[in-house]
This record gives sequence, C-alpha cells and structure tokens, in this order.
Amino acid sequence: MSSERKLVTVTIDGVQVEVPESFTILAAARKAGVSIPTLCYLKDVSDIGSCRVCSVEVEGSDALLPACKTRVVDGMEVRTNTELVQSYRKLMLQLVLADHGLDSTNYCFSCAKNGSCELQSLCRELGVTESPFAPEKQTPRQAVLDANPFLAYDPNLCIRCQRCVGACNSRAHNHTLHTGKRGLRTSILAPFGPDWKATECESCGNCAAACPTGAITEKRRKAYRSWEVTRTRTTCPHCAVGCQLDLVVKDDRIVDVEPAPGPSNRGMLCVKGRSGSFDFVHSADRLTTPLVKNAETGEFEPATWDEALDLVVKRFTEIRDENGGDALAAFACSRSTNEDVYMLMKMARTVFKTNNVDNCARV
Amino acid sequence: MTNTIEDITQDSDVIMLVGSNPEEAHPVLGMQIRKAVENGTKLILVDPRDIGLAKFADIHLKLRPGTNVAFANGVVHILIKEGLVDEQFVSERTSGFDELAKMVESYTPARVAEICNIDERDLIAAAKLYGSAGAAPIIYCLGVTEHSTGTEGVMSLSNIAMVNGKLGRRGCGVNPIRGQNNVQGACDMGAQPNTFTGYQKVTDPAVVEKFEKAWGTDLNPNEGTKATEVFPAAIEGRVKALFLFGEDPIRTDPDTNHVIKALTSLDFLVVQELFMTETAKYADVILPGRSFAEKEGTFSNTERRVQRVRKAVNGPEGPQLDTWIFTEIMQRMGYDQPHLTAEQIMDEISSVTPSFGGINHKRLDSREVGGRGLQWPCLNAEHPGTPIMHAGKFSKGIGTYSTAEYRPSVELPDDEYPLMLTTGRVLYQYNACAMTARTEGLNEMSGSSFIEINTKDAEELGIEDGSRVKITSRRASIESTARVSGKTNPGETWMPFHFQDGNSNWLTIAALDNIAKAPEFKVCAVKVEKL
Repeated sequence: MSSERKLVTVTIDGVQVEVPESFTILAAARKAGVSIPTLCYLKDVSDIGSCRVCSVEVEGSDALLPACKTRVVDGMEVRTNTELVQSYRKLMLQLVLADHGLDSTNYCFSCAKNGSCELQSLCRELGVTESPFAPEKQTPRQAVLDANPFLAYDPNLCIRCQRCVGACNSRAHNHTLHTGKRGLRTSILAPFGPDWKATECESCGNCAAACPTGAITEKRRKAYRSWEVTRTRTTCPHCAVGCQLDLVVKDDRIVDVEPAPGPSNRGMLCVKGRSGSFDFVHSADRLTTPLVKNAETGEFEPATWDEALDLVVKRFTEIRDENGGDALAAFACSRSTNEDVYMLMKMARTVFKTNNVDNCARV
Repeated sequence: MTNTIEDITQDSDVIMLVGSNPEEAHPVLGMQIRKAVENGTKLILVDPRDIGLAKFADIHLKLRPGTNVAFANGVVHILIKEGLVDEQFVSERTSGFDELAKMVESYTPARVAEICNIDERDLIAAAKLYGSAGAAPIIYCLGVTEHSTGTEGVMSLSNIAMVNGKLGRRGCGVNPIRGQNNVQGACDMGAQPNTFTGYQKVTDPAVVEKFEKAWGTDLNPNEGTKATEVFPAAIEGRVKALFLFGEDPIRTDPDTNHVIKALTSLDFLVVQELFMTETAKYADVILPGRSFAEKEGTFSNTERRVQRVRKAVNGPEGPQLDTWIFTEIMQRMGYDQPHLTAEQIMDEISSVTPSFGGINHKRLDSREVGGRGLQWPCLNAEHPGTPIMHAGKFSKGIGTYSTAEYRPSVELPDDEYPLMLTTGRVLYQYNACAMTARTEGLNEMSGSSFIEINTKDAEELGIEDGSRVKITSRRASIESTARVSGKTNPGETWMPFHFQDGNSNWLTIAALDNIAKAPEFKVCAVKVEKL
C-alpha cells in the first residue's frame, strides 16, 4: 500500500482526525478545521520552513516543530495554540519584521500591498507592532529593480520566504528567479533590473502573485487599494487554454488581473493573461459610434444606430432578394462568446438565408 | 482535445508534441508540459524549429516543414515492424488496419528520414519510445493543420494513437491545442458552413427540419462556402455582401493582396469590431461591439470545457452588445427574434444541441460545477460532462484509418525563391494584436516584425543578425529585421504574423487544405535580400 493511502490518526487541539501518512501537520490541521498561521508556506509552491510562524507543540518533542514541514505519525498529539506557541510565533514574527523594517516604504500606508500584505495581517492578528530586534541604525535602502515593464522587486520589503522562487521553479517552471547570498544571508535575484531583456524571464508574474509582501509586485498594483476594488471571475480572452482569472475593478475600470484556480490553469497565468487582457477594454481608440462610409469622399461618418442598422438591413435584403442567400456570407469571431456566435449564426441562416457562415478556425 | 490538460500533463510517461510551441502560443499549457518533463515524462518534439521546449526534449525531430504525413506513416511503419501494435484495440475498435499496413509498407525509416530531413535512428527511437510507453498523448497544433495536407496530417497522427491503442484513457489521446480562446466554441456553435450547433449536419434533412421547426422559418438547403473560399467567390462575384464579426483577415489571412482584392470586389461589407482594424477600413458600415469584459456568456476551451465569461465593467458609452446588434438586424429583416439575455440564449442552444443538453449558465454557476466548467458532450442535467472522449467506444462507433500518402507542399523552394518560409506566434502578442498591442509593455517586449534565418544561409546572403532585409514571395515583398541563428534549419526561415510593420501574410500562399480548407501558412517559398 502506498504511503498516500496508509492512514494514520492524529489529535490536533483535541480534535481527532484520520489522514494519509504523507500529510504534514499543517495539512492535517486544515482537515481537522484547525487554523495554523503561515507566512513563508504556500501550497504547491514553497515549503522551505524558514519563517517558523507555523510552529506547534508536539507531545514528546522538546522543540516546537514547523507544521508545514513535519509529517504526521500515528498517534501524534499536536497543540497549536498554547501560550508557548503564541509567544514563539510572536518572536519569529518580530525577527521577520526586523528584517522587513517598519518603515521600509515610509511605513505601510505607502506600500502598494497595504491592506493585502500577509505580513501586515499576521502582525495584526498576533499583536506584533514593533520589533525589539530592529537594528538601531537604519540600514541603507537598496535600489528597487523595476526596469521590466510590468514587474518590480523592492528588496527592502523582502522577507526571504522564497515563495517567488518556488513560483518560478514549481509553477511556471521557468527557473529565472533565483536565490543568492549576501554574506550569510539569502537574497532574491529577481530578473527585473536594467538587463531584464537579456534574461529568460517570461514576465508571467506568477512570482508577484505568490509574494506575501510588497517586495515583488505588478507595477500597476500601486494604482489601487485592496478595499477599493471588486473582483469578477471570468475566462481569459486570449488562447484556448481557458485560464480562469479575476478582473479587478475600481470605479468601473479594470485595474488588475488575479489568477484563479481553474481546472486548466491551476492558479497560474501567462504574461498576456495577467498583463495584456484588460488595457484594450478601456483604450481611448475604442469604436463608440456606428460609422458609415460616404461613397463620394470615401471617409467614415458617424451615424446613429438606426441609420447604420437600417442601411445594413436594406443592402443585405436587396442583395439577398436579387441574388439569393448564397450571395451573402457572415464570419463569426472566435474570440467572442458562444452566445454571440450562436446569434450571428442564427442571423445568417434565418434572415440572410445563407449557410455561408464560418469562423476563423481555418486561419 | 480528446483528453484534458490535467491528465495529459500529469499521467503520461511520454508526450509526443507535434507542430506546437505551447510555451509561446499556449503558455500556461507550456508551463505544465515543462513540469511534466521535470517530473520525468519523456518528451518527443516534432518541430522544424529549436523552440524553447527543444532543450527539454529527449528526442527532437527537426523535420522539414510540410512532411508530417510522411513522419506519421513512418511511425506506424515502425510500430508494426517492432511489434508495438495493440492487437486487441485494433481488432475490437477499428477497421481497415490491413489497408493501413499495406500503405505504410513503403514508408521505411530510410525513406521517411530522407523526406523529413531527419536521422532515421531518431525516428526509430521516437516511435519505440511512444509505442512502448504506458500512457502517451499526441499533442498537436497549427504546425500540423496549416498545410495543404493539414487534415491528412491530423488523421495520420490519429493512426499512430489507434494502432498503438492510446485513446480513450488518461494520459493518452489525440489532442489538438486550439488557437483562439473560443475557436472550439465557434465551431461547436455552428459557425461553419456545413454544420449547425454541435456538428449537426446541414446536409441531413432531418436536422434542417428540426432547425426550421425550432426557429420557425425556412432555411437554405445548400451547404455553405468555407471562409477561405468566400474570398475567391467574392472576386468571382458569387458572394456580394459580407458581414465580418470581429475578424481582421487583412492581417491574419494568407496573401494580403488577394484578401484586399476580395474585400474590394464586394458590393457591401459590414464589420462589427472594437477598433478600427486594417479590415474595418474597407467596410461600408462599421458597428461597434462589446469586449469580453462587458458581457455575460461562455467560452469553450481546447478541452471542450464550457466556462463562464462574466461582465466586470460597463465599458465605454456608445457600443452595443453584439447579441443586441444581431437581434436588431433579425427583427429589422422581418424575423421575430426577441432580445434575449446570454443566459436565455444558452438555454436555446441547449434545447437544439444534444451535446449541450445539460449545459446552462445556472448550472455553470452552481456549487456542483464548482468553477470547473462542463465538458461536452454533456447530455442532460444529470450528465457530468465528458473529460475523456472515445473511452470504450469511438463516438462514431468503429475507428477508421487514414491511408493518405505524403504529398509535398504546394509551393516549394526553387532557384528564384530558394528559402522556405513558415509563420507562427510569439509569447508577447496575440494574432492581429487588436487586444495585446494596446498594452504598451507587451509592445516593448515584442513589437516589431522579424525573420529567423539560419546562420549558413545568412552568411551566403551577407546578412548579419539585426540586418534589415527584404523578403519576397511570388505575391509580394516586405521588409523586416533578420534574426540569425540555428533555430531553423538551413534553407528554412520563420516569421511571426503579428506585426504590421512587416506582416508575413503579404507573402503567404492562399493554397488550401484539400478537406478543411485551411491555408498553407506553414510553407511558402521566398527569397531574402539584405537592404
């Protein structure tokens, strides 16, 4: 029997739960309905266990153990919310906060991710407002890498959780965003600097979607606050993979796109879906009025809907009645919806009286 | 696709990828193929270029463009010789194997290697790797279909899967990766001259009678003309008026001069669009429509998965919903068509389309579906949809083989036009760029025309990387910028068709596939000169 299938029983905060032995304490806790805070962990993306915010007490173990990295064993007893656990989590968070700094962007309110930062919300949840470990002298700010048209990396806000590296390696599988070392410390080498064009980065932005803080962001993220927007789940308008995404809307304008866990994209997007699927909607050169070509000048002139539709109807009717429906044709748009295409097809067959209806499948 | 993206990338031992560059044309599928390969799935790449996935491939057959049928017949030949035929599948589920075996007899590895310009040992290794795998999908794209032998290419690939019994189960199948977001849906919805919705045939009197009854009107009994044949028909005066909804054939169809000639031959052209496209400039009337973000509806992805499109914003003032426009025209032409919501339209589609019988907006939005869409055939409200087709039985009953022989492309290089030109897509743009080019950052990433040319050819022509060049085919001349590398083989060049500052479609040939009438975008002859 594979380890996936072998079940073990564990007790988490008094709740008994039966899970496969391949499960971590974190996965078992989620199944038991017990919430354990996490910061560096992101399901299927990164589980390096560096932040220790998910640490729990396990009966028989002297040290606290990270729930995201520790596999369950049969009969394990876990406590997730003791005083010791709470104070340890606070300590760990204070260490992370010392690294991130409280004023690394001139305080949270000037950060693009204010209101949707996971560090901010965890600190709030655990009552961490400052860090005793913060260096007395402010370390000099590092340069922000933002030459890429869409993506920016602010190393001052990085908490070295490496979710971005996990996203590049195990979601996009592009391996262009790496870790590096500054002395003993891990740093992130994000390919968004002046030489961005020379890198293999596809600008897919899966790293930015994974970043818990404002360190890696889509640059447009600055234009809105999370509490100002609504989200609409829809399907990407470009290729036929059919990625699910949320259009992020502020004041009736799409300001961003977020990935959704669709069956074909599983939370991922490409550069076109994430960054090229909404500017055109609000483009200043959208056609907004029917246009009729003046036969004498060859120029287009604005017309009312009635004028334009009546002209279309008059000419299609004349040509149909004179030559039969086979002299008319209609092509549908393969970028438009099924409902649109069906109605165009129905129009061609019922009133144009033609089967000369097609779409761009052939080209 | 016969299968789903999930099963062909997670449950396959080998992937055979033919004429497809998913890292650029279908990037999120490309990511999942990279994942599969990193997790140990073997990759057989059959493509004339060193696309990004070439460096992941266990075997790369860098074959000459236009030789897919020879390749596929060669693989079947090897499967038979190596005893890799799934006898049970062949005898229980297919007919005509003996004729197929006889036809492929002459496709020896040596002959196929010669036709395809590949090493016969690689061909044999590829056939054995696919043939002996437990589960292996064939995944293909426009590199198979956009040939004068495109349909035969598809059927020849299907031969491989049938002979080897790799259909109707997870991690297998014959999987076309459709181009546009809803090109699957546009075909499903009956925007085809020979079928109504759900591939119900126009030539079947019972089908016509059913639609006449449902729609309450007489219908034209003549099978229609395919889009690519409408242009010649316009030039000949047989088609006099054209209604173009959201297409820009001047940029996307082959032989631009021919397209312009056809459009200017029409008595009347209507274009329904978001923008003033190159094609719209030739219209008599332009009607402004609505984008995907301004409407309710559904798209069907390449997995036959019907998924919801939802209205996020109102959009600019002035344009009308596309369905409103069609309904107005129907009403004004005397047909009693009420204005319907997208949800009501899908209910009508469902009522006239057996394979969509269980698909409606309410169900797509339900907790039961859980945001995963529904894959047709989905026959009724209780039917869960069909992730994998042809399980246990082909949808048409018994599977039959194609016995098509290899035929060369229509226009091959000669002394005057010595290089072969293939066209395709890049990661950062989509087709005619109507949508993507309005994002400035994408233009910065890739915003102008280029031609990939082999180092050896470039040396002979005195062309360096970055040189401005003139490219000429029998139809036109354009200018572009050379990218010199070993990405294409000597004698072969490649261009994207996105960019209007050097659009390859002035050069391409309007030679059509003998069955599906898709143009041969992938092969024409050109000469390249340094400017």
